[in-house]
Amino acid sequence: MTVKTKICRDFIETANQAVDMYHSKKKELIPILMKVNQEIGFIPKEAMEQISSRMHIPKSQLYSVASFYHMIFTNQTGRHVIKFCESAPCHVAGGREVFDALRNVLELEPGETSSDGKWTLTTTSCLGVCGVGPVMMIDEDIYGNITPIQISDILAKYE
Amino acid sequence: MAYFRSHILVCNDPECVEKGSMQILEILNKELSLQGLGDEVEVLDTPRIGICSKGPEILVYPEGLHYIGLSIDDIPHLVEEQFLKGRSVKKFLAPSKEEGAQELSEPTLKEVRVVLRNCGKIDPENIEDYIAEDGYAALAKVLTEDSSEDVIQKIKDSGLRGRGGAGFPTGMKWAFTHDSLGNEKYVICNADEGDPGAFMNRAVLEGDPHSVIEGMIIAAYAIGASQGYIYCRAEYPIVVHTLNIAIQQARTYELLGENIFGTDFSFDLEVRQGAGAFVCGEETALIASIEGKRGEPRPRPPFPAVSGLFGKPTNINNVESYANVPQIILRGPEWFAGMGTLKSKGTKTFALAGDVKKTGLIEVPFGITLREIVFEIGGGIKDNREFKAIQTGGPMGGCLPAEYLDLLVDYEKLTEAGSIMGSGGMVVMDDETCMVDIARFFMEFIQDESCGKCVPCRVGTKRMLEILTRICEGNGREGDIELLENLSSEIIEDSLCGLGKGAPNPVVSTLRHFRHEYEAHIYDKECPAKVCRALISYEIYPEKCIGCTLCARNCPVDAIAGELKNTHVIDLDICIRCGICKQVCNYDAVLVT
Repeated sequence: MTVKTKICRDFIETANQAVDMYHSKKKELIPILMKVNQEIGFIPKEAMEQISSRMHIPKSQLYSVASFYHMIFTNQTGRHVIKFCESAPCHVAGGREVFDALRNVLELEPGETSSDGKWTLTTTSCLGVCGVGPVMMIDEDIYGNITPIQISDILAKYE
Repeated sequence: MAYFRSHILVCNDPECVEKGSMQILEILNKELSLQGLGDEVEVLDTPRIGICSKGPEILVYPEGLHYIGLSIDDIPHLVEEQFLKGRSVKKFLAPSKEEGAQELSEPTLKEVRVVLRNCGKIDPENIEDYIAEDGYAALAKVLTEDSSEDVIQKIKDSGLRGRGGAGFPTGMKWAFTHDSLGNEKYVICNADEGDPGAFMNRAVLEGDPHSVIEGMIIAAYAIGASQGYIYCRAEYPIVVHTLNIAIQQARTYELLGENIFGTDFSFDLEVRQGAGAFVCGEETALIASIEGKRGEPRPRPPFPAVSGLFGKPTNINNVESYANVPQIILRGPEWFAGMGTLKSKGTKTFALAGDVKKTGLIEVPFGITLREIVFEIGGGIKDNREFKAIQTGGPMGGCLPAEYLDLLVDYEKLTEAGSIMGSGGMVVMDDETCMVDIARFFMEFIQDESCGKCVPCRVGTKRMLEILTRICEGNGREGDIELLENLSSEIIEDSLCGLGKGAPNPVVSTLRHFRHEYEAHIYDKECPAKVCRALISYEIYPEKCIGCTLCARNCPVDAIAGELKNTHVIDLDICIRCGICKQVCNYDAVLVT
């Protein structure tokens, strides 16, 4: 089989596992979507179709729910997802300068993925660590007390 | 039970053991025996005393002294000084943590820790620690002595109001749900703490999860529910993990499940994660999310107390509301009602953030002033700058200027002043903050989080954001202020839910208290706080510049020209006003005008 077919089958398999884990219950739709999102990094079309077919929910409704929530991605993301906290306490603590520096260094706007597939830049709402603002999260790592000059060094840690 | 006057806790984490902590334990026992103190001082080993890199670590109680870096040769001296002469040995004492660096420090004089009393002091992953602090004693009392009506009356008498922001009397809400017909009822805990700047609920759930669980079980007994959910935002993965452990342990101890404490009452609990939507903090949107739908609010009536989750009577309360319940039962509603003001009883947690020296969580009785919070507990403004405003209540709250520093903090007073209590976030702003920018900033957040269902919020906030953005970009027009005021009153009146109704608050309050800043932006094309990019320029002050080239080398857009040892110049056409040059300059040579 081609690489593309194998990847599609993996997506379908992941979707099946998520649906089985929650016993196909409609009220568990969000945990199911979050599980697929966590495994693959986003929810590919093939996975969405499989969930629709297994749970008898129209695709439009699935997309309506998935697109509502910030932490569920319906498009492919980069190898590393940067979540920058855009909330007031981080903003007041110098977040704006840090965010501008981040956008300049990456040459990305929020929601965009770099052409080499390395970075996706997003904003996030409050992570609840406001005591050390400005804050950003790269994958699972949280960085606090960031200043603009630190940006390049922090990004350089990631392959 | 043997009574010891002192306890020594020796760290048994692998790193400390490698550094010889177990030999230290042995020598301590030997030395104490030698000195005849074996019956007075007990030595125990325990995990996680400190950071272990400075190990071996020991803790001495009741003083709470933290000793590090000891070797076995130091022990006789330590025992003699500490236990015979009662003097601490300074050279081995761990340095005290930096002021302001902790999220939850030791309580200051003005604080009363009720909800936060166990945080940082017990192991949240060990139910026995909680039980040792009278945990689940309230539940036992309730199930064996009180009827559901008795419990509801106690909560009513305490005067507890919903801590999530709306401040609705909790006892009354429980009574409504209790009175609703039906055998299938639900209890939900709103742990979707989305207010930026608020992390009180996170601290309680991470540090003392059982206090919330116990509160929920008591609520379930009061209203007649047998199933509960804790809806926790996905941005708090550690909380989800801690809660799941706590629930599992509660089940093992038969505090959750069938026939709790051998009574007829059965109740179980589940954690549900959000997926990143601020609006899901609104109770009807939260319910929709648990049901697997888009988190869109719906009109009320019917209220969740009558028709909530899956159409059944549901009681939703905030984390902090539940966390207060066990203490109210144990210490009595009069104790709780003895704190606070006439209509706002008890204590409230606040998260101090922004330009204040000591950020972090505090818990104070209602009736304290903003001045006491900002200057006494918070230590005043960072970097010795001036206080400009304090924003309370999250993104739907208002900004209050210095004239309100002596305001007594309670639900009614904050609303009168043009703000709200909200969940308890307090963002302190110094004189380098532009209030128009802040209003625009909050509106941007609200616009992003608006669910889109109703026109006043979806379209109204968008229009307001456009106007605010234009003003900050130097394109403000005659009539903009009036338009903002007009739109605000329409959105407040016609929006479907609290998010929309509260969305214009930052604008309304900044227009009320800082109107001159809006006028400066619009008519003078000036930003008094020197923040709005389009209205400021960066300049290098020739008298101070020594030509070190540091700014030029760090400028992300190469807007600074200059030879080594000569005055540098910023090209304003290229400059993006990021502020990096000002940050790196060691000679204070960069001015913002």
